[in-house]
Amino acid sequence: MIASDQISAVTLRDVRKTFGDFTALDDVSFDIADNEFFTLLGPSGCGKTTLLRMIAGFESTSSGTIHLYGDEIAELPPNKRPVNTVFQNYALFPHMTVTQNIAFGLQMLGWSRSEVDARVREMISMVKLDAFVARKPSQLSGGQQQRVALARAMAPRPKVLLLDEPLSALDLKLRQDMRSELKRLQRETGITFVFVTHDQEEALSMSDRVAVMSAGTVQQIGSPAEVYNKPENRFVADFIGETNLLEARADKVQGDTVTCTLPDEGILLAKTNHAVVPGQAGTLSLRPERMTLLSEKPQDDCLKGHLKDMTFLGTDTQFEIQLDNTLTLNVRHQNSDGNELQIQSGQPVYIRIAPNAARFLVS
Amino acid sequence: MAAGTGNGRTISGTFAAVRGWLLLPSWLTIGFFLLIPVLLMLVYSFLTKEFRGGVIWEFSLSAYDQFLFDRGLFGDDPPRIEWTYITIFGRSIAQAGGATLFCLLIGFPTAFFIATRSSHTKVIWLFLITIPYWVNLLIRTVSMKFLIRDNGPLNEGLLWLGILDDPVKLINTNFAVQLGLFYSYLPFMVLPIYASVERYNFVLSEAASDLYAPKWVILRRIIIPAVSPGIIAGCILVFVPSLGAFLAPDLLGGAKTFMIGSLIEEQFKGNAGNWPFGAAASMILLSLVLIVLTFYARAQSRDQV
Ligand SMILES: Nc1ncnc2c1ncn2[C@@H]1O[C@H](COP(=O)(O)OP(=O)(O)OP(=O)(O)O)[C@@H](O)[C@H]1O
Ligand SMILES: [Mg+2]
Repeated sequence: MIASDQISAVTLRDVRKTFGDFTALDDVSFDIADNEFFTLLGPSGCGKTTLLRMIAGFESTSSGTIHLYGDEIAELPPNKRPVNTVFQNYALFPHMTVTQNIAFGLQMLGWSRSEVDARVREMISMVKLDAFVARKPSQLSGGQQQRVALARAMAPRPKVLLLDEPLSALDLKLRQDMRSELKRLQRETGITFVFVTHDQEEALSMSDRVAVMSAGTVQQIGSPAEVYNKPENRFVADFIGETNLLEARADKVQGDTVTCTLPDEGILLAKTNHAVVPGQAGTLSLRPERMTLLSEKPQDDCLKGHLKDMTFLGTDTQFEIQLDNTLTLNVRHQNSDGNELQIQSGQPVYIRIAPNAARFLVS
Repeated sequence: MAAGTGNGRTISGTFAAVRGWLLLPSWLTIGFFLLIPVLLMLVYSFLTKEFRGGVIWEFSLSAYDQFLFDRGLFGDDPPRIEWTYITIFGRSIAQAGGATLFCLLIGFPTAFFIATRSSHTKVIWLFLITIPYWVNLLIRTVSMKFLIRDNGPLNEGLLWLGILDDPVKLINTNFAVQLGLFYSYLPFMVLPIYASVERYNFVLSEAASDLYAPKWVILRRIIIPAVSPGIIAGCILVFVPSLGAFLAPDLLGGAKTFMIGSLIEEQFKGNAGNWPFGAAASMILLSLVLIVLTFYARAQSRDQV
């Protein structure tokens, strides 16, 4: 037998789901490690919920296999899977109090009364709901309901906790508080979390690893820094964070460094994940915050343009720069004391691009 | 009931001024067709009977006395409880209860089935449920009698199939009456339950299943509590008219299945009747129904926290 810390919590192999002739998931394969905070990130309709529902057992697979800690689970109904779910709109039982909601799963597992009571009390203090134990869900705020849903799903000590956009119904401030709260709960309990969201900030701030999905396929899996800094393809670069995407051609390739020429304009060094051959066409991804705006021409390589528009965003200001050719670039400049930029519309500006700022993408 | 006034208060101020006038037709209808006839019955129940039907305008408690007490042939023995009518009453409650139970057992799965179809097929199913009710109740009950009589199609069919050796005696039994009532009032059970199930959020069933509940526990602890307003409404809508029904007991039952509805009906039919007695029996039936409804209303308002 293999030690449990070496075996994956969830293993998906060629998992496919079709609804009629529509393919919701197309041969998805990946592993989720034990104790991991794993996030499925993707735009609406890309199949995140469908995947989660197949792990929970509400939806069958059209083909492929799902293993949970080494056991094939295709034949198990939802109530036999050691997995619990926090539903998007919480799905609390409306006729039961907070206590009864949290106790439900434990009663179903046949725990004794005293065990149930002790565990429910523990969960209630964990999610800080002590003042609300006797209330019905309709008498709770959205944030409180969310905590009940979390406590209810975590009470039976599932091996894997599935969370389907649990924060999407909360306001911004509460959502940010809950992020660190969820991360803390995950670390303290050691439960494997599979978290679904379409909010990239949420995904980047909480996860150990992120799977970026699009139209039923996984585009990239990696740590938040990896998917942000080293996107596999156009979709990932565009979906995570903001970026400038430019058509480009590889001139010289040296290891992972590609030298590209932009149409009519300067030369640019970019990094790549791929094996690129000289002459290959691709896309350059330039993060707005990795570029520096200068009003004087610097010594080193730079791009020249003029200011088209600017937008104040609080911590940053976003400048839209029209290059001397037809391209426009968005550049971010941090607003801090002594860092003010004095440029007028139409005035020439210079953009310096850091060595690792650009990525060359082949798809 | 309490719920009515509660809703009234939530209507926005814009309508407050005209609200009284908008309700006028309803009040007139209720007054003319409900309150006045009931009051008339109440008055009649305290009058003296005329032998060829009708009443003499003279106050008398003899209708209630006759219903409840036995004073011997000449009325001068010490009063004892008269069980004849109380037995009929008890039997009526049992029959109506049986019919309600039948309706619930068949109506709940039916309503559940319809509510979980696609929205297109739902309409068809609901329509099918109501089709028999385009035919008059009397005709439906007579056809039921024809169906279940000793040498009717049901028995003949079962004999022919070899399931039975002798025809089973259905007609003139309690079961036949309950069957008749069941058939008469089934839609009143199906429709309110359907409306409740329609509003039920099936994600709750998934949540319960996710929390290790087997199917029947989900039904008992999650679905039934959620749709209970529909179940209770359906039970009342079947039980109350069943209690006073007279067509099914008359046509499908015999002397042993005599129900309160038939008793009342007879008092107002032809020359043999006794109007004050019929009115008194109606009043007693009405009180019983009101007691049941009061309990229901209490339970409802307790549930709404
Ligand atoms: N029962 C179903 N029948 C037919 N199509 C379905 C069904 N369930 C989901 N789909 C389709 O499958 C695709 C994926 O749906 P899914 O709910 O998994 O998306 P999602 O990634 O969770 O999106 P969102 O972020 O909006 O929740 C969608 O295009 C959806 O229309
Ligand atoms: Mg979803």
